[in-house]
Amino acid sequence: MSTLAGTLATGAAQGCEAGAGTRQPLLPLVLERAEARARGKLLIGPVDLTLGRSGFTIVMGPNGSGKTTLLRLMHGLQRLSAGTIRWNLPEPIARKRQAYVFQAPIMMRRSVLDSIAYPLLLRGTPRSEARARAADWAVRVGLGAALHRPAPVLSGGEKQKLALARALIGGPEILFLDEPCANLDGRATREIETILLDARAGGTRIVMATHDMGQARRLASEVLFLYGGRVHESGAAKGFFAAPETPEARAFMNGEIVE
Amino acid sequence: MDSILQGLGQAFWLIITFDPDLYEIIAMSLRVSLSAVLVASAIGLPLGAWLAVNRFRWRRTTIAVLNALMGLPPVVVGLFVYLLLSRSGPFGVLGLLFTPSAMIIAQVIIITPLIASISHQAIRDLWAEYHDLLISMNATRGQRIRALLWDGRRALLTATLAGFGRAIGEVGAIMIVGGSIEHSTRVLTTAIALETSKGNLEFALGLGVVLIALAVAVNMTIHGLSGTERAPAW
Ligand SMILES: Nc1ncnc2c1ncn2[C@@H]1O[C@H](COP(=O)(O)OP(=O)(O)O)[C@@H](O)[C@H]1O
Ligand SMILES: [Mg+2]
Repeated sequence: MSTLAGTLATGAAQGCEAGAGTRQPLLPLVLERAEARARGKLLIGPVDLTLGRSGFTIVMGPNGSGKTTLLRLMHGLQRLSAGTIRWNLPEPIARKRQAYVFQAPIMMRRSVLDSIAYPLLLRGTPRSEARARAADWAVRVGLGAALHRPAPVLSGGEKQKLALARALIGGPEILFLDEPCANLDGRATREIETILLDARAGGTRIVMATHDMGQARRLASEVLFLYGGRVHESGAAKGFFAAPETPEARAFMNGEIVE
Repeated sequence: MDSILQGLGQAFWLIITFDPDLYEIIAMSLRVSLSAVLVASAIGLPLGAWLAVNRFRWRRTTIAVLNALMGLPPVVVGLFVYLLLSRSGPFGVLGLLFTPSAMIIAQVIIITPLIASISHQAIRDLWAEYHDLLISMNATRGQRIRALLWDGRRALLTATLAGFGRAIGEVGAIMIVGGSIEHSTRVLTTAIALETSKGNLEFALGLGVVLIALAVAVNMTIHGLSGTERAPAW
């Protein structure tokens, strides 16, 4: 109990920056026989997997294979129906050290600056400091010229960059992204990839669903291939891309339609 | 046609010369309706927001009742309040019948469901939009409600204005509980009815012009607000 209190105190003192030194790490995350259901119908599972301390996990699989549901389940947005999900920390603390970027960015009816600052305000950062850090992040993601524009009028790529800055500003230890570049052109996609690689270099664990094979190859250090609501194949990116083991993954990689 | 134009001319004359009777009635109308809107908003806005974000057993029933109350005929509300406040009624001792307070009470009953219902819808839609984000960011219940109220403030203002529009133009209930007593409880709508029946057309028209101007101003403001909501330069 005393170590827990100590951890909390340091966390607060350091403003929850990513990779903040000595505090107890959030990861690994372990899923055991995890299942998600909606009105009795099995959406995904049973899933067994472990997310290690570092890396860039790419979640792939055909439409409806359960990528979104798996990400939401790990993040706590989707209720666990059976099995267990265990962070290296108690759940309430673990919840505070994660961030999630949705496939369709959710824009609050606020300015770009206030939108990016919002997660800091939620945890009690004084408004002026939150705004200053938000302005900083806006510049980093290329929204420096749009600080005072209403978030809902941004273009698709700009919205996704805002969502990314908003997710990263709190210094999460793990970042989930659900096809963040699905509707973006090549340039916006590259810009977002650069931000993600920076975050990873800064120590943020990343788990991202994508459809884009090229993007998967550029970013992945490990791959989860989902098929029919289960982890069908997983492993280091190099091996997976060189020679997928299962016929379904091989077909998927070859661009064939996998039902 | 001539008599209308003539009436309109005299109406404007009454307005620009600050006819004391006319302005007394305008002032009473504003006093009653603004007070009613204030009280009804204080009840209806938080109620609407609360209904939007909380799941509880009687939620659907509450919302159904709210929507039904919205359709209450004002005359019936007037009768109901009359019975409550009349000398033999449960609140008769307060002596409120035929006072501005009685009119305010009746209008609060009429517009609170309207304000609560509009704000409920707006906040519910916003909550559906924000739900996953706010949960993901670990916002507490209080923080969620604050974000919804703040980001939905235009819709809430719209609800309040709609309530004001309904109150200022209402005649049935305040006629019954207020009695349209000269220099005491006469308001725009009841005065128009009365002056028209007395054949005092230019005075009635003067009141009508003011009432229409108020209604138009309110509606334009609502329109402007909801318009900017869609084209998001709020
Ligand atoms: N709330 C829900 N209710 C019912 N079925 C759902 C729900 N959410 C997802 N599903 C189903 O679960 C499966 C996995 O969906 P999803 O995780 O969105 O897949 P992906 O992101 O890989 O396309 C699909 O068959 C989808 O139709
Ligand atoms: Mg999906």
